[in-house]
Amino acid sequence: MFGLANPDRFMRFTRPLTPVLWALAAGLLAVGVWLSFVAPEDYQQGDTVRIMFVHVPAASVGLMIYAALGVSSFFALVFRHPLADAAARAAALPGAAYTLLALVTGSLWGKPMWGAWWAWGDARLMSVLILFLFYVGYMALRASIDDEQKAARAAAVLGLVGLINLPIVKFSVDWWNTLHQPASLVRMGGPSMSDAFLAPLLTMMGAYGALFLALWVTAIRSEISRRRVMALRARKALEA
Amino acid sequence: MRALLVLWRRELALAWSGGGGPLLACGFFLCLTTLIPLAAGGDPAALKPVAGGIAWVALAVSSILSLERLFERDLEDGALDLIALGLAPLELVVIAKAKAQWLAVGAPLALVAPLAAITLGLPPMLAPLVGLTALIGGLGFALTGALGAALALGSKRGGLLIAVVVLPLFIPPVVFGAGALERAASGLSPAPAGAFLVAWVLFAAVVAPFAGAAAIRNAQG
Repeated sequence: MFGLANPDRFMRFTRPLTPVLWALAAGLLAVGVWLSFVAPEDYQQGDTVRIMFVHVPAASVGLMIYAALGVSSFFALVFRHPLADAAARAAALPGAAYTLLALVTGSLWGKPMWGAWWAWGDARLMSVLILFLFYVGYMALRASIDDEQKAARAAAVLGLVGLINLPIVKFSVDWWNTLHQPASLVRMGGPSMSDAFLAPLLTMMGAYGALFLALWVTAIRSEISRRRVMALRARKALEA
Repeated sequence: MRALLVLWRRELALAWSGGGGPLLACGFFLCLTTLIPLAAGGDPAALKPVAGGIAWVALAVSSILSLERLFERDLEDGALDLIALGLAPLELVVIAKAKAQWLAVGAPLALVAPLAAITLGLPPMLAPLVGLTALIGGLGFALTGALGAALALGSKRGGLLIAVVVLPLFIPPVVFGAGALERAASGLSPAPAGAFLVAWVLFAAVVAPFAGAAAIRNAQG
């Protein structure tokens, strides 16, 4: 983590890495989509079970991205890691997008499954909605303070406060009586899903994760380049 | 300790003075609880199930009103720098400000809330429960609001930004508070939801001072 703190070193390290990540994301997505269509129909849900392959990876990766944002905020505040607040900022928009995708596809899945587009008061739905609002609040706070350093640190504090929501989202289906299905992957006793569904699900999760990593690294690189451009401009203005 | 007491008296005086205090918040609260039934058509059978919920939403929104002035005013005239340099630790300053906010806004709202809830259709014998949960929730709103106000220091977009930052954190107490009222209205015990409400307030009491102090230091330096 600190080996890559030097921006030059980070740029050199990620230069060959970035195309690999994009290629990995594209490849996994292609395989995942194919596996999702090839998977058998569920005996109860029929073809609508395929929404799971879009919805579940989006939800879990959206959650993991917030963890990444929180950890980056921690490093930015405590260790003053030079690239940490760039990393946190770069993670916010993809995270919000994934979470929104999870909410929308969950709603599309809920209509045929439960008969309702949305269920107010359902713990899992509410905590994921709050997660989405935390992303939005993070981006709003970051964007609205003019001084970049101050904006980054204030947003880092907010990012850390929002970390409390993560265990709530994860365990909401266990702690409360919800409409949402309980955990079937990360639970005691291992996954309760059959292999035919597990393979496309895990592939799509890998694909979404690889896509996020590709987006993240690319965004951090462009943030570093932007800072360099601003520093060059400032130097030029000083010389003129 | 004395420094903290002096600061506390100052905060209390500022919070109660000059038109930003209890009357404004109560007035806004009553406007909201008037607007919603008018918009919903005024059918008592339709309002009764959501009476507690409407009251809690109005409580949450009314608590955001005077947050903008909590730290901004002190930052602008330099008093915040003096306070930060002073004897009292910044974390306790945040708590003092939040408590003053609670006494000036949260407590008056907790007195008015039972009235509004009853006019919306909640059974009158639940009035003490409404007042109690509103008082506890008001403390949580004040603490979380102080955190939001500290985070938004230095931005030019004050009130709305504080609302966006703070509303996700306001959702749990609104859910639990309204849930407690709903359970009591249907004859069940409100204790579980009330316990969650208290738990959330305790969480806010722990997190808000440290996060708020960090945000204030950030905004100054």
